[in-house]
Amino acid sequence: MSDDGTGTATPQSDDADARDPLVADLLAGDHRALARVITKIENRAPGYRDLVSQLHPHTGDASVLGVTGSPGAGKSTLVDKLAEAYRDQGLTVGIIAIDPSSPFTGGAVLGDRIRMGSTVGDMDVFVRSMSARGSLGGLSTATADAVRALDAFGKDRIIVETVGAGQNEIDVVKTADTVAVLVPPGSGDDVQMLKAGILEIADLFVVNKADLDGADRTVRDLREMLDYGDGGAPAGAGHHGASEAVEGYEVDDQDADVTDGWDRPIVETVAKSGEGVEALLDALAGHREYLERSGALEEIRRARYAEEIRTLLREDLHDLLAAEIERRGGLDAYASRVQAGETDPYAVADDLLGPLRERYEAEAGGE
Amino acid sequence: MAADPEERTIRCLVAKVGLDGHDRGAHVIARAFRDAGFEVIYSGLHRAPEEIVQAAVQEDVDVLGISILSGAHDTLVPKIMSGLAEYGAAEDTLVLVGGIVPDEDERELKELGVAEVFGPGASMAEMIEFVRANAPERR
Repeated sequence: MSDDGTGTATPQSDDADARDPLVADLLAGDHRALARVITKIENRAPGYRDLVSQLHPHTGDASVLGVTGSPGAGKSTLVDKLAEAYRDQGLTVGIIAIDPSSPFTGGAVLGDRIRMGSTVGDMDVFVRSMSARGSLGGLSTATADAVRALDAFGKDRIIVETVGAGQNEIDVVKTADTVAVLVPPGSGDDVQMLKAGILEIADLFVVNKADLDGADRTVRDLREMLDYGDGGAPAGAGHHGASEAVEGYEVDDQDADVTDGWDRPIVETVAKSGEGVEALLDALAGHREYLERSGALEEIRRARYAEEIRTLLREDLHDLLAAEIERRGGLDAYASRVQAGETDPYAVADDLLGPLRERYEAEAGGE
Repeated sequence: MAADPEERTIRCLVAKVGLDGHDRGAHVIARAFRDAGFEVIYSGLHRAPEEIVQAAVQEDVDVLGISILSGAHDTLVPKIMSGLAEYGAAEDTLVLVGGIVPDEDERELKELGVAEVFGPGASMAEMIEFVRANAPERR
């Protein structure tokens, strides 16, 4: 498909005969096949793209929840309780639990599964642990593809769980329709920290371990922050054109809360005992209903596909260029020539990209 | 990256089965495997054989390490092996047993498809080497 320069992207035909046997087994409900497909996705094994392509027509029915929060916030325990509640409703569940990996050895201990005891022995809950594998950007692609595999398998609800530490994780939860951010009580400073990034992606907040001291305070802090507006900082502070700044804020605020018609709720839970899980389910259902009613669901899914295409193109182009540079004697040779004053970095980039650009320009002119 | 598809990470499930609360060994092995660059999923304590099978299948592990110090290996391990077979996972999962296993039982376990039994005194390096050498080739 990468050589298809006609400008019309042809979808994989959904011809049952042309299907990879692994895809056929997955669609037939074989757990082993589902597990193996996810492995191939994770490893980016040869042919994994065809698999994902063939799965694509069978996706779109599951609703996807992202759960994030600081380590020890109780994400896995809460996800476990949610899965149990979904099972009680007769829904099937897929869970992708992502843990960090060692940047030195690449090894990881994936411990989320231990907390997921409520549904153990029930094969209609498919739990898959994934490590971040230190792959920049690749993790979100792998997660999106793994979600797709679970979706095609026929899971009704898919939960993606990850430690909300950095940009990588934020990209990961963006593969979800609804994002829940867990905030443990007594994390006054953490609430401050949330401002940068995670606050913006949350569709709802969960103050877990609500039986601990400080839970009320955390709820109050969060509420205050939401009332302030998305940035959470008092408007005007440090701004010279105060009125302008405030106005800017209100526009932002409207964007997030008012125009969208979604007032982000704060739910208190005690995941260990299951307290508050009902309320959380209601809030999640409410958000889902809002997404469908407002048309936001279509919009975020379209944005997600756009982002996915962008990521794939970036990776593919990178690989393509890396191979070309290798063919021309390696990047070091270019660097040495720059160092010797024979050329400059911009000329090198132009030189390498020239053939691509010419090809596109020829096409644009020829039509 | 499509450029180097052979960058495969070995995935292991370290499992404690049955009424056996001695998990120090399992923890030590989980850490050693992690430091060897493997991805390790730890089952937690007191798991039933079916739970281990479920985890091994869903996680699609290359290696299943079963730690049993209760002496119940001759009832628990066969259940796990037949469970794996049921899901078509017996053939390409490397199953290891760690614990105190008499020679006679070891023979029986190996007949069931257990690749190796590691008793007290087995070194980490030895185990890691064994896993690297024997982790099944995947399709």
